[in-house]
Amino acid sequence: MSASTQQPAIEVRDLAFRWHAGAPPVLDIPELIVERGQRVFILGASGTGKSTLLNLLGGVLRPGQGEVTLLGQPLRTLRGWRRDALRADHVGFIFQMFNLIPYLDVLSNVTLPSRFSAARRERANARGGVEAEGMRLLAHLGLGDRSMLGRRPTELSVGQQQRVAAARALMGAPEVVIADEPTSALDAGHKGAFLELLLSECATFGTTLVFVSHDRALARPFDRVIAMADINRAGAGGAPGGAHGG
Amino acid sequence: MAIVRLALCSLRNRWVTATLTLFAIGFSVALLLAVEKLRTETRASFAHTISGTDLVVGARGGSVQLLLYSVFRIGGATHNISWESYQDIRNHPRIAWTIPLSLGDSHRGYPVMGTNLDYFRHYRFGREQSLQFEAGGPFNDLFDVVLGAEVAHRLGYELGDMIVIAHGTGKVAFLEHDDMPFRVAGILKRTGTPVDRTLHISLDGMEAIHVDWHGGTPPPPGRRLSPGEVRQVDLTPRSITAFLVGLDSRAATFQVQRHVNGYRQEPMLAILPGVALHELWSLMGVAEQALLLVSGAVVAVGLIGTLAVMLAGLNERRREMAILRSVGARPRQIFLLLVSETLALALAGIVAGLGMLYLSLHLVQPVVQSRFGIRLAVTAPGWHELALLSLFLAAALLVSLIPAYRAYRNSLADGLNPRI
Repeated sequence: MSASTQQPAIEVRDLAFRWHAGAPPVLDIPELIVERGQRVFILGASGTGKSTLLNLLGGVLRPGQGEVTLLGQPLRTLRGWRRDALRADHVGFIFQMFNLIPYLDVLSNVTLPSRFSAARRERANARGGVEAEGMRLLAHLGLGDRSMLGRRPTELSVGQQQRVAAARALMGAPEVVIADEPTSALDAGHKGAFLELLLSECATFGTTLVFVSHDRALARPFDRVIAMADINRAGAGGAPGGAHGG
Repeated sequence: MAIVRLALCSLRNRWVTATLTLFAIGFSVALLLAVEKLRTETRASFAHTISGTDLVVGARGGSVQLLLYSVFRIGGATHNISWESYQDIRNHPRIAWTIPLSLGDSHRGYPVMGTNLDYFRHYRFGREQSLQFEAGGPFNDLFDVVLGAEVAHRLGYELGDMIVIAHGTGKVAFLEHDDMPFRVAGILKRTGTPVDRTLHISLDGMEAIHVDWHGGTPPPPGRRLSPGEVRQVDLTPRSITAFLVGLDSRAATFQVQRHVNGYRQEPMLAILPGVALHELWSLMGVAEQALLLVSGAVVAVGLIGTLAVMLAGLNERRREMAILRSVGARPRQIFLLLVSETLALALAGIVAGLGMLYLSLHLVQPVVQSRFGIRLAVTAPGWHELALLSLFLAAALLVSLIPAYRAYRNSLADGLNPRI
């Protein structure tokens, strides 16, 4: 897509993050490299700093020490709005639950990223238009029924909601999709199906997938499995009481 | 713009609270504008009660009191001025015209005023408008009466009807000049001033019904003069209540005023109607301010209600903000979203308020016109209203900053993982 094609999708070096100066670090990661197109499973229970890591990868939090590089862009020196723009253009997110804006219908939820990112809007347009792309993604994820498009999130089952969230994350072909426990609200049968769909979509588009979960059973189909405990020297016990649940 | 569209969708989703808030704002805006309209129209109609008159002259007393009885025909004079003094003053070389006024009688609560034909020639109200006849013309005969528009309309009089004048100004008359009825010779067009409430007769007519009275009591039966006999008598008035003065030039105002106020033969007072009107209005200023204060308070209540609704929703919307952040919204855009929502409510409220205002104006206008003689013109909002509305919007903008700032702070603190 750009001159940075050769760089890895995500590169973390000597990262240390603490909530307050003097507080023990939540994250202390000497190195983490995710190559483009790789589908990575990060295994971590809550309290291991994974939510903080995802906030850092998405450019919502600014690294204190060390560097997080996203698609060749070092994040630490970027101003807040540049990090927001980078996230808007290149990263799709899926959360554990309540992924959807309650007052927008299904299709509007899916096309939402293209409202905040011209790059993703253009990529969607190149594939036949924003709405067409949204409907295509929904169809791929098994929500092709036209009556689905105008529904409100509250009218959907949790499984359907998560698939809509996946379609949104993939909207406008971002290079990276970050999924934070996206299956933990689903029952066993739906978990596998959802995972399969997500992985195949990412494979089709060559999307880098960072999938975070505490559920080791889900790790099998991934290219690579990383345990938080192995990369984060800050380890357990560093969880602050504050702004990162999940 | 994406954010504004989001704001509208968000409001539509909460349409019950949004509609209620919108109506609260609408009512407060309508009330504010209605009070302002009433205030300005009352003030304008008040200031336009009399125009073209340079001085009002009466017996010495308070200037507001003189204005009240001579122009508004409210209350009465404690003293009259003698016919001789009036003749003397009106011969002043700078005086172009005078209108003598003689008050004290009434007809079913409406004041009866004796004057002469100069009244129809020189009296001006509003923007230098002269009196026009709806029907008939000025009084010709001794027992002719010319009715103000409201008198004729309310009491259902037409040309040629006979009217009996009551002695004194009370609503219930104990003594009536029933031996000398008057014939309706003319009906004036509506002026929106106290003229509408007045019955006009000639000074001679006023003198005629009192000529055989002594000290406020009628003559005993049998010694009354008949209308035929009274025509033989000299009907030159002995006194009048007040007179209006027009000068040949405005520049002479103070000279003539000094001349009247320093008149040796009889204590008299000359006032400038504009100044006295202003004085009278400032007496009513307190009520005016109170009215304004109340409508201002209603606006504040409307805005506080909006603020409460916006703030109450914020906590349960933290997840929504995090989702927006995850798809690339900047904290600044979250801020903008909340500002847009509040402003959209305020704008819709203004539209609703204008709708309510014009609807109610349309409904009450005829009532106010006939009851109080105030014409509430149903006109498009003028600069004053637009200024008020802009002020309201500015206040709404200020209020919107509070939830917007909180949402901004929340979204910075929460990032992608809201505390809920």
